[in-house]
Amino acid sequence: MILSVASGKGGTGKTSVAVNMALSIGNVQLIDCDAEEPNVYLFLKPKISKTKAIEVSVPIVNEKLCNRCGKCADFCQYNALFVGSNEVLVFADLCHSCGGCALVCPAGAISEVKYRIGTLKQGATETANLVYGELEVQKPMAVPIIREVKRHIRKDKNVILDSPPGTSCPVIQTLKGSDFCILVTEPTPFGLHDLKIIVQVLETMEMPFGVVVNRAGVGDKKVYEFCEEKTIPVLLEIPYDRRIAELYSQGIPFSEEMPEWKNKFRTLFENVKELVKK
Amino acid sequence: MTQLTILSGKGGTGKTTLTASFAALAKNPVIADCDVDAPDLHMLLHPQVIKQLKFAGSKIAFIDKTKCLDWGLCREKCRFGAITAGLEVDSIACEGCGVCTIICPANAITLTKRNSGYVYVSKTKYGFMSHALLNPSEGNSGKLVTLVRQNAKILYEQENSDLIIIDGPPGIGCPVIASVTGVDAGLVVTEPTISGIHDLKRALRLLKHFNVEPFVCINMYDINLDNTEKINCFCKENSIEIAGRVGFSRKVTDAMVNGKTVLEYAPESDVARDIKSLWQEVRSFLNL
Repeated sequence: MILSVASGKGGTGKTSVAVNMALSIGNVQLIDCDAEEPNVYLFLKPKISKTKAIEVSVPIVNEKLCNRCGKCADFCQYNALFVGSNEVLVFADLCHSCGGCALVCPAGAISEVKYRIGTLKQGATETANLVYGELEVQKPMAVPIIREVKRHIRKDKNVILDSPPGTSCPVIQTLKGSDFCILVTEPTPFGLHDLKIIVQVLETMEMPFGVVVNRAGVGDKKVYEFCEEKTIPVLLEIPYDRRIAELYSQGIPFSEEMPEWKNKFRTLFENVKELVKK
Repeated sequence: MTQLTILSGKGGTGKTTLTASFAALAKNPVIADCDVDAPDLHMLLHPQVIKQLKFAGSKIAFIDKTKCLDWGLCREKCRFGAITAGLEVDSIACEGCGVCTIICPANAITLTKRNSGYVYVSKTKYGFMSHALLNPSEGNSGKLVTLVRQNAKILYEQENSDLIIIDGPPGIGCPVIASVTGVDAGLVVTEPTISGIHDLKRALRLLKHFNVEPFVCINMYDINLDNTEKINCFCKENSIEIAGRVGFSRKVTDAMVNGKTVLEYAPESDVARDIKSLWQEVRSFLNL
């Protein structure tokens, strides 16, 4: 089963839910898809066994063959090419690697080269495997990193994907292909507002989902009212607890120090499994 | 023109809470919400929309089925897996590159504009506000951020404003880059957690790369005083100014529930006092 953990709003506790659940169930592979700010490894502290460059294909122009016709730049939807009178400039960070410029070039002057945008890391603890990708600072595009880390999904494992915040392309790239999505929210107006947006995304994707309310006890009841109205299952509540916040701040998954939570996360996982079967 | 971006790397550290308070404290500001994926600032500032425009950020392939010969070249050449086995366009996967339009032997495919969201120009009681909403599951948020910032600049000129305050999105990718390029200073809001510190360092590296003057605020500093000290040391070693620190308070959430900035909701509270002294430092950092 592939299970993703998403939220809309940042800082609601996605990573915390993903890591604590991973540590409470067996045979698990955790995939951190937040390539901009990967944090899972800070909590899991795995031994890294493999590191690999993540590269994308970008155009390179053979100036000897190029006749400056400008068709490549006209074609490119992302403004990644600029045809000057003396040379063609390639803005690799804007390129989406579609390959179209090489196809339209009548002079056969464009080929592709590899361009590094991040690093793939694989590691393990005694109970869990971890795969994550780290986008290089100043590189704008996280999507190819997510695509690459997801190639390492092992279907024989209980796979948990930790999504980046938001609702745009990196989130969609993460969620695609999951059997179920756990939405982590907090019972505040910001939490509810961003929950509603991500719910729309999941409805469009026709993916089953449920909600985990983190920091329960603060804020108001409107998240619960929304879930009831839309018949969204509230799968788990994690209360606002200073101890949990302190453990989090130290990088300790709270279920390690508060073992009664292991059972709760196991139950959460079993309940999700049941919902997927339906 | 003075532009300040509030960013964080990690989500949920308090960017929007602080931005709203700064808007209340600043003299004649223009406010820009550049978290176009999940904008929340409007819930504290209650903007009245003056102007609303559709935003067509990206394109999408359209297959004219009456011309399609079912050869499947489009599916073969698409690098985004956006053409299904039945030769339909997967609207979520399509990045609007146009390769299918040139590869199709029947000329059956064209690129069409998609409605990716809305941009707004609004009025709040503290000043004009430029904001937007990206449709769920749309791409191109960097482009939309750029548009929000352009509108903010126009408002700045029109209103003879003193400062543009930009609420940035989380992360360090394209919308964040679009939120920080060319601004005068970037205030990184961090929290004393190991993920907060990790993401602070990446956000600072991003600002350095784009030549934006960095400074730091430690929010909820009393959650973990050891980590707060670590942030202090790190910033000292790297000659980065810490503009202030704000204590943890449930009043922040209570204020949010009431749709108010914490300064309006609990003006005499410790947290309001922390934010006010932080603002004084921000002002002097910006020479305002």
